[in-house]
Amino acid sequence: MPYLGAKRWLFIGIALAVGFSFLAPQFNQYYLGVVIDVGIAIILAVSLNLINGHTGQFSLGHAGFMAVGGYFAAWLSLEIGGNAKMFFPLSLLAGGLLAALVGLLVGIPSLRLKGDYLAIVTLGFGEIIRVVAQNTEAIGAASGLKGIPKFASLGWTFGFAVVTIYVVTALVNSTYGRGFIAVCDDEIAAESNGVNTTRTKVTAFVTGAFFAGIAGGLYAHHKQFLSPTGFDWLKSIDIVVMVILGAALGELIEGLLRIAFGRVPLKGLWSTFGIIAAAVLLTMMTELLRTFSEYRMIIYALLIIVLMLLSPAWLFSMFNLRRERKLS
Amino acid sequence: MSAPLLELDKATIRFGGLTAVSELSLTVNAGELVGLIGPNGAGKTTAFNMITGVYQPTSGSIRFEGNCTRAVKPSKLAYLGIARTFQNIRLFRTLSVIDNIRVAARLHNPQGYFGALWRGKGWKECEAETEKHALELLEIFNLARHRDEEAISLPYGDQRRLEIVRALATRPKILLLDEPAAGMNPSEKDDLMRLIHFIKERYQLAVLLVEHDMKVVMGICQRIAVLEYGRKIAEGTPKEIQCHPKVIEAYLGAAAV
Repeated sequence: MPYLGAKRWLFIGIALAVGFSFLAPQFNQYYLGVVIDVGIAIILAVSLNLINGHTGQFSLGHAGFMAVGGYFAAWLSLEIGGNAKMFFPLSLLAGGLLAALVGLLVGIPSLRLKGDYLAIVTLGFGEIIRVVAQNTEAIGAASGLKGIPKFASLGWTFGFAVVTIYVVTALVNSTYGRGFIAVCDDEIAAESNGVNTTRTKVTAFVTGAFFAGIAGGLYAHHKQFLSPTGFDWLKSIDIVVMVILGAALGELIEGLLRIAFGRVPLKGLWSTFGIIAAAVLLTMMTELLRTFSEYRMIIYALLIIVLMLLSPAWLFSMFNLRRERKLS
Repeated sequence: MSAPLLELDKATIRFGGLTAVSELSLTVNAGELVGLIGPNGAGKTTAFNMITGVYQPTSGSIRFEGNCTRAVKPSKLAYLGIARTFQNIRLFRTLSVIDNIRVAARLHNPQGYFGALWRGKGWKECEAETEKHALELLEIFNLARHRDEEAISLPYGDQRRLEIVRALATRPKILLLDEPAAGMNPSEKDDLMRLIHFIKERYQLAVLLVEHDMKVVMGICQRIAVLEYGRKIAEGTPKEIQCHPKVIEAYLGAAAV
């Protein structure tokens, strides 16, 4: 069964999200807020994984795209005024599309660069967006955009999270989408075997930017306040950490399954599953550690270092070593 | 007579002060097996990179089926029918064996981005078609039992073969093989010669072969061109090349002539 990500999962997921949203009023408001934070983090991390993970292009611009989508959707809601709630999904889509357009404009020149250079360019792009937001009076400049209506419900957030997960897994698990992974594995070989590598990279970038824009719109209508400082490069790092941790978790799960069953059932889904798990874990951790929030980056840094040292590859080589010793 | 399939006309490439390939003229006709040999650093792989569009010639031209290939992207040239393998194996390491083939066969799968998202009937048929085609290729080349293994976990000889099969999946008209026999033992080299002959006959391909192993080159090529310091010093049948004084000089030194 080579192709995962059948459409029925998409419909089941959306139905579940809508179902839960009817139960939402019963929940404690604080926990509800955290759950929506988690949903937004899932959209961000899964969409960044298409760029950084599957396609292997290290981007640090996700917070920038989130800002573009967030500010635009919020501005639209404020301009529309009374009927804004009816137009909320359209505002979100508009924010996503603008972010995708910006992604296209940034992506075409910068995706010629590789590795560290691409990271620096996307980092610079994020900072430009932040500075522009800080100096544009129409969206509140440095004091931020206030009074955004609270439209980001549980249903909308998880509905879009399900769509994001579906789009990324359905793309990657198809002949077309294997091109993303081929670009990550060997760009020269991909190009000479008929994969237009520039177009593939830009496609991943634009898709990721679109969902980052959606996440930004949800974030704006959840927090009801946007400030340029909320979209600095540390926000991008937050998402990158989720992707790194998630990839490690995914590999760990695949490795454990291989040991348990001798093969990996549902291969091709675990990396996304790991990303979701990481988004949940890290968002909850941020919430739990709110009182020591100034130490958060230190904890993240330590987490990454420990992950690099205890990478699944290393863990499994230890496992194999022990097993070989037992056998001999 | 119809135009040659591939035609290099005084193709020259310079990197700064270094002329890597100088005024190379070479033709390959449909269905022909041509060898390109020369000492290390003679510019054989650079010539390959020019033909496949990785590098643009500084002067001169390259025509494929009569059309100039200047400024055409390598992926587009692959679509038009130029496929290649690499001197150092370049498989997609995290993809399975069949997915390596599938990426190359993707050229002929009309389903794109939205097809993959919508997953309608047409998409399913195209995916099944691509998979069938890939499996057929794997079966012909005896790799089908490895279909779901990671490409990088195959033994060396199988990796070399898989790279050739992957190139074939783009349905080329000409196949450029860059030192396919490198690192192979004598019996593997015999297998490789049979394999090259087989794919040439079965798929009606032209083959341009860069190789250091003289037994392989002399054994299968119909025509051989010899490069030294970026210049073509000789061209002819294997017999002519073997006793060509300039070739002997290039390989063994002037004293040997």
